[in-house]
Amino acid sequence: MEASATGVRGGRSALERSPLSRLPDQVMQWGLSALAALILILLAYFFIRLIGQSGNVFSKYGLSFVFGNDWDVSRNIYHGAALVVGTLITSAIALIIGVPVAVATALFINELCPRRLRGPFALLVDLLAAVPSVVYGLWGVFVLCPKLLPAEKWFAKTFSFIPFVGGGTPTLYNYFIAGLILAIMILPIVSAIAREVISTVPAEHKEAALALGATRWEMIRIAVLPYSRSGITGGAMLGLGRALGETIAVVLVIGNAPVIGSHLFSQGYTLAAVIANEFGEATGIHTSALFAAGLVLFVLTLIVNIIARGFVARGTRGARGTGGTGIGLAASGGEI
Amino acid sequence: MTASAVPPVSARRRRTDKLMRGLLTAAAVIALVPLVLVVYYLLYRGLGSWSGQFFTSDPNGNFLGYPGGIRSALVGTLEIVALATLIAVPIGVGVALYLTEYGKQSPFANLVRYFVDVMTGVPSIVFGLFIYIVLVLAHVGGGFTAWKGSIALSLLMLPVVVRASEVVLLLVPASLREAALALGAPRWRVVTRVVLPTARSGLLTGSLLAVARGMGETAPLLFTTAGAFGLTFSLGAQMNALPIQIYQDIQSPRAQVIDRAWGAALALVVLVLIFNVIARAFSRRSRMT
Repeated sequence: MEASATGVRGGRSALERSPLSRLPDQVMQWGLSALAALILILLAYFFIRLIGQSGNVFSKYGLSFVFGNDWDVSRNIYHGAALVVGTLITSAIALIIGVPVAVATALFINELCPRRLRGPFALLVDLLAAVPSVVYGLWGVFVLCPKLLPAEKWFAKTFSFIPFVGGGTPTLYNYFIAGLILAIMILPIVSAIAREVISTVPAEHKEAALALGATRWEMIRIAVLPYSRSGITGGAMLGLGRALGETIAVVLVIGNAPVIGSHLFSQGYTLAAVIANEFGEATGIHTSALFAAGLVLFVLTLIVNIIARGFVARGTRGARGTGGTGIGLAASGGEI
Repeated sequence: MTASAVPPVSARRRRTDKLMRGLLTAAAVIALVPLVLVVYYLLYRGLGSWSGQFFTSDPNGNFLGYPGGIRSALVGTLEIVALATLIAVPIGVGVALYLTEYGKQSPFANLVRYFVDVMTGVPSIVFGLFIYIVLVLAHVGGGFTAWKGSIALSLLMLPVVVRASEVVLLLVPASLREAALALGAPRWRVVTRVVLPTARSGLLTGSLLAVARGMGETAPLLFTTAGAFGLTFSLGAQMNALPIQIYQDIQSPRAQVIDRAWGAALALVVLVLIFNVIARAFSRRSRMT
């Protein structure tokens, strides 16, 4: 074929490149592949080193590092149940407060808001993500904590019959405040993902509901919400991942007491907070215990994120070819 | 109009509709309350401490008198983030190029994609611990240094750059690539001369968003650069940064130092916003082409 069309020079087609001129191509392909592989290798390496550094804590305490409840630096004893429980309580509060508001905001922006206001409103919600966590911490310590304390005292007294909520005396720094700040911090991500998922609901479904005489809310309830449920669940779980690992805002407003608080408004500690707070003066096994806390946190967020990705992928499958990447972008905190 | 097939909406359903619409609107307004409050207090408490001296002096650690400004922190943040950007953007864009130009939907490319997504979920403090273990504990080039903070931040910024770059690289029309290849251009020239320039403003958007994200992070820096009072341009030394200084100032009993924290917080938020606004401006332009 090449003989007639292009002529043969030196045993190869004129359209074929010399091995030398193909070299940059191969260098680029292998270089970029190596770069991509580097990320996987680095993550694996970090993970192994973290396990190595916290190994002596786990060999000394075993699972009681996670389930035992006695964290006492002065006696050099490190059982971190109080940290795990604190992390779970604050994250649960964040989800209970943050997710309904975030989903409602997404529904409002996509389904109710006048088209003209849609962009600006979404932008304002996204701006919540632009505030650094240390600024939320600053605001929490000097504004939110003192201003909310009277309301918390009233609430604890009025609803003292509800277990866990009432009964105790609220302290200035407590689980609830930490959870509230976390709720504010996860709101933009959960809302962005919910908006993305809701926008993939086919217009036909919504129009069909309206054509059958549904009101706007009924349309949302029967057409929008069922279709986007698993995507919204995934978004909420990504928010949970954020809440579990948030450090600086939490360490400033949780009180840093290594005990399991008896009620909603009592002081506590979280895995991330203990690392940031005690790292400076830690030595020996104490440092290892903090690494172990980091490892537990890492594994916890990893599991939550992997489950969340599954939900989000299910929620947008078949909707749009690039839907997944859009979600990935929203989830990575980029607000385009 | 008069003989509608659809039965009239009952009063109860109409009430429910009104109520739920009201609730959704109320929730959306509630979502903005924290933003308004944070911005209000930042301006109210922060603007008061802004002055010429505030931006031209370093924190001095004196127990009496003016506690010093934020010059070293401001410069430190810019230095650390600049180096982090220099690390994260080339690697991030490179990985995104691999994903769009070579890996596509191969199992390995999907694995990389998956782990980049996983990276976005890793708490920032864990990245701080990673770098602390690998570089600070191992005493690579000294103990706490600014460049280690940059590496920790670049790990946080990397997934943002990769995902944002992949999205814009996919937007480059396949016909452009095919045209260049048909003209006989080798693959690497297609990538460097056609794909990258076409996606340039989109890549810039992704990078700037990553910068905005890295700038406000405190936790990774606590374990890597540790913070210092004085102004330094050496990335091999401990360095001050705005988030670290705010974090330390919050814990101070002195009212003047706390005022400085508010002023520094306002400066940090303004800085982050500037990068967000520039990123948005570029993203608008990239969408037009």
